[in-house]
Amino acid sequence: MLRPIKFAAAALALALAGPLAAQDGTPQAGGTLNVVIQPEPPGLMIGLIQNGPTQMVAGDIYESLLRYDHELKPSPQLAKSWEISEDGLTYTFTLQDGVTFHDGEPFTSADVKFSVDVFLRESHSRMRTYLTHVESIETPDDMTVVFKLKQPFGPFIGIFEPGTAPMIPKHIYEGTDFASNEANNTPIGTGPFKFDKWEKGSFIHLVKNENYYMEGKPYLDEIYYHVIPDAASRAVAYETGKVDVLPGGSIENFEVPRVRDMENTCITDKGWEFFGPLSWMWVNSNNKPLDDVNVRKAIMHAVDREFAKSALWNDLGKVATGPVSSSTRFYAGDTPDITYNPEEAKKLLAESSYDGETIRILGLPYGETWTRWAEAVKQNLAEIGMNAELVPADVAGWNQKISDRDFDLAFTYLYQYGDPALGVSRTYLGDNAEPGSPWNNVSNYQNPEVDAMWNEAALMANPEDRKAAYKKIQDQIVSDVPNIWLLELGFPTIYRCNVKNPVSTALGVNDGFRDTWIAKE
Amino acid sequence: MTRFILGRLVKSVFILLAILVFNFFLIHAAPGDPAAVMAGEAGAADAKFLADLRARFGLDQPLYVQLWIYLKGAVQLDLGYSFRQQMPVAELIGDRLPATLLLTGVAFVLSLVLGVIAGVAASARQGSWGDTIISTLALLFYATPLFWVALMAALVFSVWLGWLPGFGYSTIGAGYTGMAHVLDVAKHLVLPASTLGLFFMAIYMRMTRASMLEVSRLDFVKTARAKGLKRSVIQRRHILRNALLPVITLAGLQAGQIFGGAILTETVFAWPGIGRLMFEAINQRDYNVILGVFYISAAMVLLFNLITDVVYVIIDPRIRLTT
Repeated sequence: MLRPIKFAAAALALALAGPLAAQDGTPQAGGTLNVVIQPEPPGLMIGLIQNGPTQMVAGDIYESLLRYDHELKPSPQLAKSWEISEDGLTYTFTLQDGVTFHDGEPFTSADVKFSVDVFLRESHSRMRTYLTHVESIETPDDMTVVFKLKQPFGPFIGIFEPGTAPMIPKHIYEGTDFASNEANNTPIGTGPFKFDKWEKGSFIHLVKNENYYMEGKPYLDEIYYHVIPDAASRAVAYETGKVDVLPGGSIENFEVPRVRDMENTCITDKGWEFFGPLSWMWVNSNNKPLDDVNVRKAIMHAVDREFAKSALWNDLGKVATGPVSSSTRFYAGDTPDITYNPEEAKKLLAESSYDGETIRILGLPYGETWTRWAEAVKQNLAEIGMNAELVPADVAGWNQKISDRDFDLAFTYLYQYGDPALGVSRTYLGDNAEPGSPWNNVSNYQNPEVDAMWNEAALMANPEDRKAAYKKIQDQIVSDVPNIWLLELGFPTIYRCNVKNPVSTALGVNDGFRDTWIAKE
Repeated sequence: MTRFILGRLVKSVFILLAILVFNFFLIHAAPGDPAAVMAGEAGAADAKFLADLRARFGLDQPLYVQLWIYLKGAVQLDLGYSFRQQMPVAELIGDRLPATLLLTGVAFVLSLVLGVIAGVAASARQGSWGDTIISTLALLFYATPLFWVALMAALVFSVWLGWLPGFGYSTIGAGYTGMAHVLDVAKHLVLPASTLGLFFMAIYMRMTRASMLEVSRLDFVKTARAKGLKRSVIQRRHILRNALLPVITLAGLQAGQIFGGAILTETVFAWPGIGRLMFEAINQRDYNVILGVFYISAAMVLLFNLITDVVYVIIDPRIRLTT
C-alpha cells in the first residue's frame, strides 16, 4: 500500500512545480474562462453574504482597497498608496484615479466611508467587530480616506480584501433597506468583471469591464461559473472539457489524483494563505471525562494525522502544530509536541479519569472525505482503548448540535483571515463561549491568563512585540489541548495549464480573475 | 360524472390543507433553521446577524403564527418568499418547472409506451427467448440503482465515446436560437431522460406482462379463441384492454410525480429542475421553498388520481363512479 502513495506524492511534487515554470510569457487578451462553482451561492452581494461561493464570484465584481500576496504583504488595489502613522493610530489611503463603478458613476472616498462606516457596520458581523477599534473615518478630499483608531490594532492593515471590506456604491444603497434593495440581484462594483446573467441552477455569467482602471486588464472576455451539484459530475465536466478550473473542494479528494494526471492539467495549493483553513475537533469540556486534560492529551496523541493526510487528503496540506495555521502571521512552529504516539496516549489515558465512557463523534457533513476521517478517528480511539460512536447529521443539524454543545468531539474547520487576532482568538477567548453559536469558543476553554494575553497582543503597535506575545499564547494553548488540531487543509486548485495565473494572491480564486489569461495554442 | 368530479375536488382541497399543515410541522421538526445555515456557511456571525436574519424571515414569530401566515398565503395561491434566494417561491418554481416537465414528461411517455410494448411482446410468447431477454433486461434496469446507471451513462456516452453532453440543460455560452437551441436541449436531454425512463419502463413492462398473462387465462379469452378470432385481435382487443387497468393506476401515480421532479437524475446530470431545488432547499432549511414544492406536488398527485379514475371509466365501462 505504501508504494502508490509515494508515487502519488512524487507526481504531485512535479505537478506543483509546473505552474511556476509556466508563469512567464506575455499575457494574451481574449477568451472565455469556465469555472466550477459549488454550491450555488445564495446571492452575489458580498456586503450582505460572505460565504465561500459568494465570494468566489463577487471577488470578480467587487474590490477592496488592497490585495495580499502569498506572504500576506499588502499591495495596491483601489488604494494606490497608504501610510500608517508611527503610533499605529492613523491609516491614510490614497485612492486610484479614474475608477468608476460598473454603472459609470465615479468611485470616491465617500464610497469608502459609506461602505465601511454605514453598510458593513450594519450587515457584516466580522467587520462590525473590527470596527470597534475605529474612532473615526475622515474624507479630506475625494481621493483620500483617513481611518483614526482608538488604539493600535495590529491586524487592521490586513482587513482590506473583498470578503471583509468590499467597496459598495453609495449612490445605489444610501438611505435604502440594504437587504431588500433590488440592486442586490444585479451587483455593481468596481471590479474587473461585470455581472451579466444568472440562470439559477445552471450558470452565472460575467463579462469584461471595458472601463477597468488598470491598463490592459482584465485579459479575459467573459467568465462562466457552472453550477454542477454532483461531485462526480464536476470531475466529468473537467474531463470532457466543459470547465477549465476546479477550485479547491470542487471534486472529492479521491478523484484528485486521477484528474490531475490528465494531459495539460496543472494543480496548485496556493491561494489559501489568507484563509489558512485549519481543521480540528472541538472537545466539549463541559462533559466528563473531557474536562480532564490527560484525556484530551491522550486523544491528541492517539489521532494519526499523517495517515489522514496521506490516505484522505492526497498528501496535500500540513499536519497542524497548534491553533495557528503556518500561513497566518505570528505562527510559532516550536510549540509543545502533539505528534501521533499511541503508546504515550495509552499511558496518559491510564493516568486519567476516563472510565470506559462512550465518546460521541460528530463528523462534518461535507462529503466522503470527512465521513471517512471520522471513521478513522473512531478507530484511532479504539486502538488506545476508548469507546466512540459516530453521530450522523446534515449541515443544518450539525450547526444546531454544535450551537447546542450536543457532542463530545466534533469536526470543524475555520478560516483565520491572516492574523491570530482576526481568526484564532475567537476560538479560545473565555468570554466568547456562550452556547448558541457554532464558531465561537465552542469547547468552552477557560484560561484567564491566556485571555489577558490575547487582549494585549491584539493592541500592540509593534509587530515584534506581537510575535513574542503570540508565541507565549500558542505554547500555553497547546499544552492545555482545548481542541484536537488536525490538518492545515490543502485545497488544490486544478486547472488547464494554458490558463495562466488563475491564482495570484493569498485569496486565490476568491480574489477574482483580474490577472488571469488564456494562452492560445 | 360532474357531481363526482366536483365532490372529489372539494375533498381534495381539505386533503391538501391537511398535507400542508403536516408538512409544515414535519419541516420545523428538523434541527436547525435557515438563518443558522446561512450564517454557518459564512463561518462567522454574531448574535445580531442571526437575530436580523430571523426577524427578516419572520422566524422570530411563534410557530402557530408562522403556520397561520403560511396557510393564509397558501389558500390565496401565494407560496411566500424564499429566505435564501431572495425571490418569491412561485417565481423560483416557475423558473425550474419547464426543465423538470421536459425531463419527467419525456421519461414518462417514453417509459409508458416502450414499457407496454415490451410487456405485450414478452407475454405474447411466454417462456420464449424473446420473453427471457426482455424480462431479464427489465429486472436488471429495475434493480440497478438510478444514480449508478446515471454515472455509468455519463461515463460511457460522454467521457469515453464523447457522443452526448454529460450534464446541463443546454450548451452554456453557445447562444443557440430557434431550431439549433431545440436540438441542443434535445441532445442534453437524451441521457437524463433515458436514465430516468429505464427504471419506469422496467416497472411498466413487468406490470403489463403479468397482467396480460393473467387476463389471457380468463374465460372470455377462451370464448374469443373458440369463436375463431385472430390471435392478434384477441391480444389487442380482448387482453390488452383489460390488462391495462393496473398499468393505468401506476401511470397515474407516476404522472402525479412529474411535477415533483427527479432528485437523483437532476443532481447527477446538473439538470436545473424542481427536484434539485427541493433537495437543496431541504439542506438549507429554506422552509417556504420546500413547502411550495410539496404543495404543488401534492396538488398534482390529487389531480392525477382524479384523472386516473375518470380514465378507468372510459377504458372499462364496467366501473361506476361513486363519491
